[in-house]
Amino acid sequence: MTALLIENGRLVDPSVGWDGPARLLVVDGTIAAIDPSDGDVPDDADRINASGQIVAPGLVDIAAELRDPGREEDESIQTGSDAALAGGYTSVLCSASTSPVIDTPAAVELVRQKSAQASGVRVHVIACLSKGREADQMAELGLLSDAGAVAFSDAPYPMPNDALLKRALEYCRMLNKPIFDRPEVPVLASSGVMHDGQVSLVLGLRGLPTEAEDLAVARDVRLAEATGGWLHVGPVSTMGSIDLLRRVKSRGVQVTASSCPHNLFLTDSELRSYDSRFKVHPPLRSPRHVEALRLAIADGTIDAIVSGHMPRATEKKSNDLDRAPFGAAALETSLSSVATFMVRPGHLTWADAIDRLSTAPARIAGIDAGGLSVGQAGDIVIFDPGAQWTVDGSKFRSRCKSSPLDGKQLEAMVTHTIVGGQVKFARN
Amino acid sequence: MSTAETIEYPANWTRRHLLDLESLSAEEIVILLDTADKLKRMTDGCRRKLSLLTGLTCANLFFENSTRTRNSFSLAAKRLGADTVEFSSAGSSVAKGESFVDTAKTIESMGVDWVVTRHSTPGTPHLLSRELDCSVLNAGDGPHEHPTQGLLDMLTIRQHREKIDGLTVALVGDIAHSRTARSNIWGLKKLGAHVIICGPPTLVSQRWSELGFEVSYSLDDILPRCDVLNLLRIQFERQSARPFPSVQEYAALYAMTGDRVRRSKDGILIMAPGPINRGVEITPEVADGPHSVILEQVNNGIAVRMAALWLLAGKQEV
Repeated sequence: MTALLIENGRLVDPSVGWDGPARLLVVDGTIAAIDPSDGDVPDDADRINASGQIVAPGLVDIAAELRDPGREEDESIQTGSDAALAGGYTSVLCSASTSPVIDTPAAVELVRQKSAQASGVRVHVIACLSKGREADQMAELGLLSDAGAVAFSDAPYPMPNDALLKRALEYCRMLNKPIFDRPEVPVLASSGVMHDGQVSLVLGLRGLPTEAEDLAVARDVRLAEATGGWLHVGPVSTMGSIDLLRRVKSRGVQVTASSCPHNLFLTDSELRSYDSRFKVHPPLRSPRHVEALRLAIADGTIDAIVSGHMPRATEKKSNDLDRAPFGAAALETSLSSVATFMVRPGHLTWADAIDRLSTAPARIAGIDAGGLSVGQAGDIVIFDPGAQWTVDGSKFRSRCKSSPLDGKQLEAMVTHTIVGGQVKFARN
Repeated sequence: MSTAETIEYPANWTRRHLLDLESLSAEEIVILLDTADKLKRMTDGCRRKLSLLTGLTCANLFFENSTRTRNSFSLAAKRLGADTVEFSSAGSSVAKGESFVDTAKTIESMGVDWVVTRHSTPGTPHLLSRELDCSVLNAGDGPHEHPTQGLLDMLTIRQHREKIDGLTVALVGDIAHSRTARSNIWGLKKLGAHVIICGPPTLVSQRWSELGFEVSYSLDDILPRCDVLNLLRIQFERQSARPFPSVQEYAALYAMTGDRVRRSKDGILIMAPGPINRGVEITPEVADGPHSVILEQVNNGIAVRMAALWLLAGKQEV
């Protein structure tokens, strides 16, 4: 038997509405007791003194790219797992942005085996929605589901085929699995590199217009409403998307949405540096979109905050803005950036922040995570909410060193990440 | 070669790079124009050679095709006594996959004092200015800016009208894809001109009006108010989809014709950065007519580039 007692911390668990001091006992990988009596704690239990720290359900990322197999120059499952743990994540849904793409049960199994070998964060697979990710025929969603895929998506590409998306939403109702869509109309987005606005106009850079996202969200939510399918759209970044989501949610359509942390406080003016660190997708928008996103996260219109981890090798990012790919390392900074730019200014409480980073994404993915009730897996993050640190991309555990937050001072630092009762990450 | 020239280095010039006009002050723009005027006089209209920059080397790194700008920079450097290195991406290491930053670093390591760069992507000179130790001059970065073109346009206007403050200048045509427009816009505004941006809405964003510029979709409406028209080429090569129904329709609405000249203010200046599409933006009778200063612009380009090279070199003693 293994036992771990986390004591003296502030337990924040939005899944049951708990926020206060509590001891947490994990036995054999499962939450065994909250505030156990001393007699219930085994003598040989390991102990973590979480004084001054917050103890919360481990973070859940439902939109990370791990790039393995086939794009290991950007990231591997091992390095992605290490990065996730350092950021406080205990579960990651990896997208099918691999080569070969994950559109067969064997490919799902390969990722699961590699993840088991990495022995770190729990890796769940988002399998392709279409065969070969070609947006033509539905992939074998039933077999992929049996193989362990938890969701389906052609991300990072949006689904351009309206009929296929509608069929898949209908079909997946029998599988009780969600479809994720990255909302963008490709012909409107064209070859844009940044938000289409005043800044792109002055810089002469091709823009990604907001309507490319708005129209895709409009289509997606209409198809979800028509089919009753389980749909998640994200990451979203525009006022138009938010407006649509707010309206369809008010009439009970089962649609969820997510956004990335950097879209909540950085604006398109960062591109004035012409630095590819700021070339991310969705793009950094103008201040009024950023403000609207913050409000939508706060009022729950946007359900979850995803990391937006899109790792790309240094040699790819160190290019001009046309040639450098979209992407950034984000797993190691998500919690701290939410703490700094959402919690500290009062946009979110800690309970709300943990909900958006853990409880809500676990619910959206349909996985058993995001809470610390007795009987749940001992997937826990412990962090110091008052710690301050400066982002240094060169020290990331991710293979990708490019971050739009590089050099920024952030608050809150993960000290322990515990998966299944085992301490997988501890900051010295 | 003469060595008797004297020209005083301006005490308030501190720039090491020339990347755009948006970030320059009005005072800095005037320094560049005044210096160009002086150097033009000292070289008898850019024909004579000076020795102000003897021993220095200028590298022209052109990742896009160019005729007039490349030759103009080369001549400018040579008129001041500097050596030049010419680089084209075709057939170079870039064609073999080397990044443009690595190529620029390689050329710089050969011992150059300025890198003049042209590239299809906005911001590439800014990127180089952070990576290289030598001075970087932007000779056109995609549709962003072409600062020496903006300066030579302003120099030409100033030579004809003495001052730019108070003039109404219209930029007509493919603003969306024009680096010349983006340099003229900022330079002219800083020197006090009223700038009108004119063309079809698919090439002229309404957002320019939010930045303090007048936007017009009708050349005929604005003609009577303009002191200067700068006719920008339709850059078909940069357009992914045709922004107007036909060349004929564009020409009917926006080409500068003899008839439109007759309906303009007396003494209107007709400019074009070139290369010009005769019959599209401008008819031959206007291009070669008495109001056209197109060839003067080309000559002024050498003077402006001499001024930029000399000022950036920081050589205060002759």
